[in-house]
Amino acid sequence: MTSSAEPAVVLAQVRKAFGPVVALRSGGLTVYPGSIHALVGENGAGKSTLVKIIAGLYRRDSGQFTLHGREVDFTATAESKHAGVAVIYQEPTLFPDLSVTENIFMGRQILGAGRRIDRPAMHAEAEALFQRLGVRIDPRRSALGLSIADQQIIEIAKAISLQASVLIMDEPTAALSGVEVDRLFAVARSLRDEGRALVFISHRFDEVFALCDTVTVMRDGDYIDTRKTAETSVGEIVALMVGREVDNLFPKTVATIGDPVLKVSGLSSAGVFHDVSFEVRAGEIVGLAGLVGAGRSEVARAVFGVDSYDSGSVTINGTLVPRDNPRAAIGLGMALIPEDRRQQGLVIDASVSRNIASVVRSRLSTSGLLTTAIENTMAGAWAAKLEVKTSSLDIDAATMSGGNQQKVVIAKWLATNPSLLIIDEPTRGIDVGTKATVHGLLSDLAGQGLAILMISSELPEVLGMADRVLVLCEGRITAGLSRADATPEAVMHAATHSLEVVR
Amino acid sequence: MTQLLVAPSRMSTTQRVVTGLLHSREVAIVLVLLAVAAVATAKTSSFLFSANSWRDLLLTPSILILLAVGQAVVIITRNVDLSVGSVLALTAYLTGRLFIDNPGIPIVVVFVAGLAAGAVLGLVNGVIIGYGRVPALVITLGTLYIYRGVVLSWAGSDRINASDLPSGFLSLGTKSVASVPVLTIIAVAVLVVVAYYLHSNRGGRELYAIGSDPDAAVLYGLAVRRRVIGAFVLSGALAGLAGVLYTARYGTVSSGAGTGIELQAVAAAVIGGVAIFGGSGTVWGAAIGAVLLVTINRALPIAGIPDFWQRAVVGALIIGAIVLDRILAARRARKLIEARDDV
Repeated sequence: MTSSAEPAVVLAQVRKAFGPVVALRSGGLTVYPGSIHALVGENGAGKSTLVKIIAGLYRRDSGQFTLHGREVDFTATAESKHAGVAVIYQEPTLFPDLSVTENIFMGRQILGAGRRIDRPAMHAEAEALFQRLGVRIDPRRSALGLSIADQQIIEIAKAISLQASVLIMDEPTAALSGVEVDRLFAVARSLRDEGRALVFISHRFDEVFALCDTVTVMRDGDYIDTRKTAETSVGEIVALMVGREVDNLFPKTVATIGDPVLKVSGLSSAGVFHDVSFEVRAGEIVGLAGLVGAGRSEVARAVFGVDSYDSGSVTINGTLVPRDNPRAAIGLGMALIPEDRRQQGLVIDASVSRNIASVVRSRLSTSGLLTTAIENTMAGAWAAKLEVKTSSLDIDAATMSGGNQQKVVIAKWLATNPSLLIIDEPTRGIDVGTKATVHGLLSDLAGQGLAILMISSELPEVLGMADRVLVLCEGRITAGLSRADATPEAVMHAATHSLEVVR
Repeated sequence: MTQLLVAPSRMSTTQRVVTGLLHSREVAIVLVLLAVAAVATAKTSSFLFSANSWRDLLLTPSILILLAVGQAVVIITRNVDLSVGSVLALTAYLTGRLFIDNPGIPIVVVFVAGLAAGAVLGLVNGVIIGYGRVPALVITLGTLYIYRGVVLSWAGSDRINASDLPSGFLSLGTKSVASVPVLTIIAVAVLVVVAYYLHSNRGGRELYAIGSDPDAAVLYGLAVRRRVIGAFVLSGALAGLAGVLYTARYGTVSSGAGTGIELQAVAAAVIGGVAIFGGSGTVWGAAIGAVLLVTINRALPIAGIPDFWQRAVVGALIIGAIVLDRILAARRARKLIEARDDV
């Protein structure tokens, strides 16, 4: 480790307001070289705003910001980059039409004679970077079609070639599978050992404790505390984040389990999933676990009729659900809440009430006309029931927090009065406090006799919420575990089982 | 680490260049162009084998090539410039007026004036789009009418005639050097310079990056606004140059000069493989697209196809090019994903 005398980044008492909204009241962060520093906090705690100030996307209103001991005030991302700050955003920001190499060197290409871009030198440099990172990516291929994990590797290669002394990663693992996370962590550790300062933002505490040496907690735009990970615990950090002890993250209530609602038998789709059979009963929450890419969402989409399948059948309450027909599935009482809220679940630029009313629109209209008043009456009842925090039903869904958006999506589908709810990653990108509310809501719904199929990448969520856990691996169900049998080890074993056989 | 991602290409450099060429859009359009020429020549041998036909083949598309090159640069940044037809009319009329009002003015000065006037008009477009954050489609549609309105009120029913222009200037429009028309030489020279800039200069690559993902370009710290304004200035300047050459070529300029040519420029770029959503394509493709468009317009009457159907054919070509783009893009995306999964 290098000398930890002088911190690489110091932010103190940083304030940033957007009009009347104060995003950051008193932000603080001190990161030393040769350290991986976790930044945690609920959504809306001001982490992203703080990162954007370091990146030069925003300018602080007041407060102190020094980089390697020098006071800085970035007005553009180019300046922070020049000063040695690299930021890897949650969504990789690559140019899909350009080659991998061009993506790495954009804006600072290697120049040959006459300021001509020296492509061979850039390709060689890119290959050297990938070799160092232990990955094999064709530097000449275009960035289009790369997995999120590969795109993040390219972002990291970019940061390394920048000789960045400060590397900030904003929820880099949100879309990664276990193996990919391990690889990312190995790279992060080697960068730390070179004496760079890393900041790691994550909602997953197991990762925070596995990777980071220090953790800073933020809440409601304020700096709360900084602790050594070795000297603290998940419970303590969560308590700091929410300002109270979250004693029960998974308020699972016992529900009486009734007759089978959904029966899936022998569902197959070439190259995606094979011979998938299961059932979900009334009042039951069935968790669908597995690694990213195991085919969980694909099964859900096929059941709902968004994607087609080759063979097998889906019945709901004894009625056969026609394939490839989501409208019929909705009519038969099925509801699907997709993984990507912003793109597939919500009309992001429409009002809350319009969103809630969207699926049942034809039922609401009187003689073919739909008025905002009718929409508002219907939506208001649902919004109140789910405690959607919004000043008005007319505001755009885009301006709401992730948790509230999720509630709006759930309200939208509950308005159809479904008997089966399929929910994909119910709490992705939602902060700890709201997570518990969403979990409580799901639990209540099951208690009222709704059958729920829940897909989740977060193991604690699956284990905490589900009455039964199905594990999918490479398109096949490799385990069906009861709540009592579902231990983390059992689920992970099933999720990786066929991988071991194949390799 | 055991996890393999995408294996590096094992092709040699020559292999890569050859396959790249074979798959390129430019080669495909050249083939279509040759086919059109072959069919037309088979019908009437004078299409290619007469005294004037070779010259016409090169001369007619020259002005459209200039506009298509400028248009391609703008479209690559995910914008569009619809005002070029009106800019052409303004600078064409300006050219005539300069010769009439300043007898004996050097031709070079007129060229510089045309370029500068076009650049200023392009700058107006670029500044409004860059600072107003308004879609280029709307702004340049507005300036299309405004610039045309300026020409209309300036020229009125007046027109520039060949007799008003010095013969040295007029001969530029028809003169050839080594059997290549001067206009074509100018267009190709511009094409080569712009193509080099786009391929091998940082600024050129940044134009592609901006068109590929404008938000990412901001996060990369690229000077997005400056580059976009630059693209519009270039497009305007090339339209200005085209205006000067228009006067030299046709000798007469009325206020209606170049009406509708902006759509031909867009069509040429799209047919030439410049994606309408930016980020890909080359000015070579746009230029060949321009040649194809003009050649088809000349070949169809020879083939005995009535006027209405000529337009329909051009329309079909544009739609065909876009549909082909979609299919190829989908195939390419699938292949790239396969290359990733193929571990």
